[in-house]
Amino acid sequence: MAVVRLAEIKVDCRGQNCPVPLVETRKALKRAAPGDVVEVTGDHPASRKEIPMAVKALGLKLLEVEGEEGGEWRIRIRR
Amino acid sequence: MADQDKEMTEEVTGETTGETTEDMTEEMTKEMTGTDKITIIVHSGDLDKIYSALIIANGALAMGMEASLFFTFWGLMRLKKGGLDKGPLSKMNMLGLGRWMVLRRMRVAKVASLEKLLSDFKELEGKIIACEMTMEVMGIRKEDLRTDLIDEYGAVGTYVQEARGSAINLFI
Repeated sequence: MAVVRLAEIKVDCRGQNCPVPLVETRKALKRAAPGDVVEVTGDHPASRKEIPMAVKALGLKLLEVEGEEGGEWRIRIRR
Repeated sequence: MADQDKEMTEEVTGETTGETTEDMTEEMTKEMTGTDKITIIVHSGDLDKIYSALIIANGALAMGMEASLFFTFWGLMRLKKGGLDKGPLSKMNMLGLGRWMVLRRMRVAKVASLEKLLSDFKELEGKIIACEMTMEVMGIRKEDLRTDLIDEYGAVGTYVQEARGSAINLFI
């Protein structure tokens, strides 16, 4: 049986403005293989709630949203 | 007529039932939401409006929609080689002073460049259509345009075909 290696892809969007965090998340998810985890870090306030909206729309699994509102956040997504 | 409507409703409901959200893969979601598309007519070549069009289109792609941009009239000028960020501001351009100030503030706010937005748009498989009539009227030849970015050359019929299957339609 083949060993499946799941990658963890990190995307750093700190300091980036609309729509970059959302777009970079989508680009990373597109490059990821099914099962891979994409971790996005950023501080753009709207993206903290919009990235989870995109994850839902794409039918993917939101693993974690970490960090205070208005500060730096970290979002983990399973492709 | 009524029968036809009923048939169509049945077809639609038949398509959307079955899977739960949790079971859906990205591909399946795309298939099921075939009309989940945005089409934007990019008529203006103004810097701020090109920003609006590309930000909205990229946002839509990021949220899992398809996106088509139909470049016509002044908008098409922005697809000329070296022309993407050459448009004036739609308001308070003040012979370029307002434009310069807005660009500077955008840099401070770390707003992405138009070039990055366009390259992201293509990477996320957004579609670009160039208006043939504009090319004829304005005397633009294919070799004047960034043909590597353009998926299709067409007229109103091409736009309508894109728009009829789009949940969101904008004219910018």
